[in-house]
Amino acid sequence: MEAILNISNLSKTYQSAGRTLTVLDNINFSVAAGSTNAIVGPSGSGKTTLLGLCAGLDSSTTGIVELNNINLGKLSEDQRAQVRNQYIGFIFQNFQLLPTLTALENVMVPLELRGEKNIKARSLELLDKVGLSDRGHHYPAQLSGGEQQRVSLARAFSNSPRILFADEPTGNLDAETSEKVVKLIFDLNKEAGTTLVLVTHDLELAAKTQRILRIKGGKLIADDKTDNG
Amino acid sequence: MTKRTMDNGAMDTKRKINIPWLFEMAWRDSRRNRSRLFLFISAIVFGIAALVAIYSFRYNLENDINAQAATLIGADLAVSGNQQPGPAIKPLLDSLGDKRSEERTFVSMIYFPKSNGTRLVQVKALQGGFPYYGSLETTPVEAGQSFRTGRNALVDKTLMLQFNAHVNDSIKVGNVTFLIAGILNKAPGQTGVSSGIAPVVYIPLQYLEQTGLSKKGSRIGYSFYYKYDKQVNIDKLVKNIDPRLDKADMNYETIETRKENTGRSFADLTRFLSLVGFIALLLGCVGVASAIHIYIREKIASIAIMRCLGVKASEAFLIYLIQIVGIGLVGSVAGALLGSFVQHLLPLVFKDFLPLTISTDTSWIAIGQGVILGVIISILFALLPLISIRNISPLNTLRISYEEINLVRDPFRWLVYALILLFIITFTFFQLGNWLASIFFTIAILIAFLILAFTAWLLMKVMRVIIQSSWSYLLRQGFANLYRPNNQTIILITSIGLSTAFICTLFFIQGILINQLNLSSSSSQSNMILFDIQTSQEKAVAALTRQYKLPVLQQVPIVTLRLEKINGKTAADFKKDTTLKFSRHVFSNEYRVTYRDTLSATEKVINGEWVGKAEPGKEIPVSIEDGFSKRNHINIGDHLVFNVQGLSMPAIVSSVRQVNWNKIQTNFQVVFPKGVLEDAPQFHVLLTHVPSAKASSGYQQAVVRQFPNISIIDLGQVLNVIDDLLDKISYIIRFMSAFSIITGVVVLIASVRISKYQRIQESVLLRTLGASRKQIFAITALEYLFLGALSALTGIVIAVSGTWLLTKFSFEIPFAINLLPAIALFFIIALLTVIIGLLNSRGVLNKPPLEILRTNAV
Repeated sequence: MEAILNISNLSKTYQSAGRTLTVLDNINFSVAAGSTNAIVGPSGSGKTTLLGLCAGLDSSTTGIVELNNINLGKLSEDQRAQVRNQYIGFIFQNFQLLPTLTALENVMVPLELRGEKNIKARSLELLDKVGLSDRGHHYPAQLSGGEQQRVSLARAFSNSPRILFADEPTGNLDAETSEKVVKLIFDLNKEAGTTLVLVTHDLELAAKTQRILRIKGGKLIADDKTDNG
Repeated sequence: MTKRTMDNGAMDTKRKINIPWLFEMAWRDSRRNRSRLFLFISAIVFGIAALVAIYSFRYNLENDINAQAATLIGADLAVSGNQQPGPAIKPLLDSLGDKRSEERTFVSMIYFPKSNGTRLVQVKALQGGFPYYGSLETTPVEAGQSFRTGRNALVDKTLMLQFNAHVNDSIKVGNVTFLIAGILNKAPGQTGVSSGIAPVVYIPLQYLEQTGLSKKGSRIGYSFYYKYDKQVNIDKLVKNIDPRLDKADMNYETIETRKENTGRSFADLTRFLSLVGFIALLLGCVGVASAIHIYIREKIASIAIMRCLGVKASEAFLIYLIQIVGIGLVGSVAGALLGSFVQHLLPLVFKDFLPLTISTDTSWIAIGQGVILGVIISILFALLPLISIRNISPLNTLRISYEEINLVRDPFRWLVYALILLFIITFTFFQLGNWLASIFFTIAILIAFLILAFTAWLLMKVMRVIIQSSWSYLLRQGFANLYRPNNQTIILITSIGLSTAFICTLFFIQGILINQLNLSSSSSQSNMILFDIQTSQEKAVAALTRQYKLPVLQQVPIVTLRLEKINGKTAADFKKDTTLKFSRHVFSNEYRVTYRDTLSATEKVINGEWVGKAEPGKEIPVSIEDGFSKRNHINIGDHLVFNVQGLSMPAIVSSVRQVNWNKIQTNFQVVFPKGVLEDAPQFHVLLTHVPSAKASSGYQQAVVRQFPNISIIDLGQVLNVIDDLLDKISYIIRFMSAFSIITGVVVLIASVRISKYQRIQESVLLRTLGASRKQIFAITALEYLFLGALSALTGIVIAVSGTWLLTKFSFEIPFAINLLPAIALFFIIALLTVIIGLLNSRGVLNKPPLEILRTNAV
């Protein structure tokens, strides 16, 4: 299967108090289109930084990030924003819904940016899929954590992304809600044929993917296929 | 959902900006923040209101001057001079106009026999039908015309009140007693202030000779008023006769020139007041910039999410710019509406200074200017925080404050600073019409801002160092709030400090001016001046003064003369040669000089040698005053030719004197030695000190009865008039500066409310951990007390420095301030800050923590 994400010799360093801090050190891997992947590792291992770089939220110090055959390092921040809008979906630990927009409006934003038509109908359809068709006019503050994450899911899939990045998607949810959300993520992913890259320290969740990349001290220490792979 | 095929990296990276969507997002994003945004922008409402009110007033004034100009002058043409028109000009004056009036104006004492009162007034002896436009407004109405037919007078209403006089009482002007035919309420071009300073008494011209007040030595103004029955091109006419009038030292005034002159003087006033309003606006803008800065900081998360979803940096910037423009527009419209209302009050505020009736029509141009100005200035000042949006990384969705947004490195920040400075200078230029003055004004404002901002910065640094762990928790927490993240120290100190500095300077200057006048009336100095004393009366007047047990402090002869030549060059030579430097009026001025053999106590020779006695056959050694020397570039050894009543007198400058003009006594630009002017036509001046109003009244009555031609200036009376005038002026300035004060209070409320949002979590946490209402109250009160006190103190220090600069370089008077109003202001401002701080924090204090947590859990 063709790779949708290619990471070569990726490093990220920061200057802090006159010292160079290496957060990611020479990372190399590829992600096949349509596959499900988990990046796991202890706190401070660099997994979120890696996700940020893969999704074009930040630029690397050295190395190449190629998403959908586009070298993100050669793009400006605005061009990367457009890549995110066209090819990427996001799910965050703390949901990251726009607080002043209703649930429906939150789902509509990526489509509005693309200037697409029938936005409202498509967004309502997505909300329906996550079981929130009757909560479209509610603001995030009026929704529970689980509901907010479901709105976030609907928004992530609204632009029919090629790849979905999820950062600890169940980190702020209770066990029961987590289970529902995880099921939704995998179901929607399967239905849309999207590639999934999720960052988690929940090994049970990671085990539901086809591949687990283990990261420690900024280095990729293992790349294992799971039973689903 | 449909599966998509891979397009191998083919991507259109030039997506067009969708403007309607940006507006929609700006609208959506502003939800739940609109009241806060309006609170931020309300800081500019009062500045805009002040400017719109002044602009509307200015436009209405212009229209009214155009409509009422004829009644300001009362005739089609007025010609005036300080000398009796000679035979060369008389035929011309007699040939002008279809209707003519003649008027002589001079100051003289008048006597109210009924009340035994005396007063120095402006006597106008009138002949003819003047005014031809408008009228002498009198009570009874017909008196304005009928007084001309007999030995009648019209007396200014303030005089009538002052001396409790009534119509049909009598007054004595010189040797003649007149019947008061009417109360003069208003004459053409007259203002409340001018009648207060020099109240007018009209008498018929045919009785002037009999009064005995038109003798030589009296300073009399000659005016001729003309009315044309048919349409005449007055401009063309005056152009033709101007050279002849100029030669005869006469001036002219037409409806057009009066229109221009009145318009110009009020344009100056309204420009000054616009600047006062502009300061209020600037103050508000600092508040706006600070509020928007915090607003944007709160929006970092939302902006990062938008960036994550594909919103470009420029789109994110535009979304918030649209919000600012929108709210700026709302604020400006609110300000413009308020200003339109306030302008109805301005004619009342200015009533004593206006020579005409002012309408209060709504000026759409003024409203338009105010709205545009408001929007521009809100954008300019909001740009500083807004440009930082471009640097907000989408990475903030993963880790808030992942990287500090560094504005200092952003070159656009400096561009915005430059734009703001350019805007202030340009706006000021449109008010002042002078680039240098505009730059100085901007620099002064900038320095005040910088001093206040530096004080705030210093305070934060000092607080960090001095807070000791041994202090009580409340004290530590209260003071630490001054420098901890989300503090309001800089904005509050700047806005409160600037308002304080502004108000305090006004108090100081007013106090110094009044004090200066009061000093002059102290016991050791003269407080009464008698002038127009004829040589024959000199000794008798001195004797009368002593008889009343009053000291003769000074008695000096005064000779009126003109300057004919400077180093052999006449006025005509100077006009031809533009490289020669001299003051425009050096030849046209009439000089009142004295002669004596010693220097007075208020002067000293700074250059050359004082010569007290002239030697026959030689050039006359004269002494000139330092300022006169500098203005006209006349120095030691220069040759001057004076004209004394037609006789040429060659003189040489032998010394330059420095004169203290602040003392109330006779001082002179030119002093002659003894032995030259003794026989020239002259009058004398006597200075004395009267200890009380009662003594003053008795003495004045005796002088006026015995010597009706002598005029008396009673300094006590002058002081009252000036005091009253200063009160009226300061009332106007206070009215305008009220906008700054209100803006300061609004900025204060806005800043405190913002900090409330910032501190709410913390206060709730403290309350959750068990802090009592009283403890949080104490922490808040301490913080605001310190902020208010320090801001007020810095503002007062700036006011003291500003006042010192003004007294030294602008007013050139000794610097001595009354600290009492400053101390009062200090306590009022400190208290006000604490009260506003506490009132705004009461939400946190009074409600249960959970309720606040829920309502703010957005």
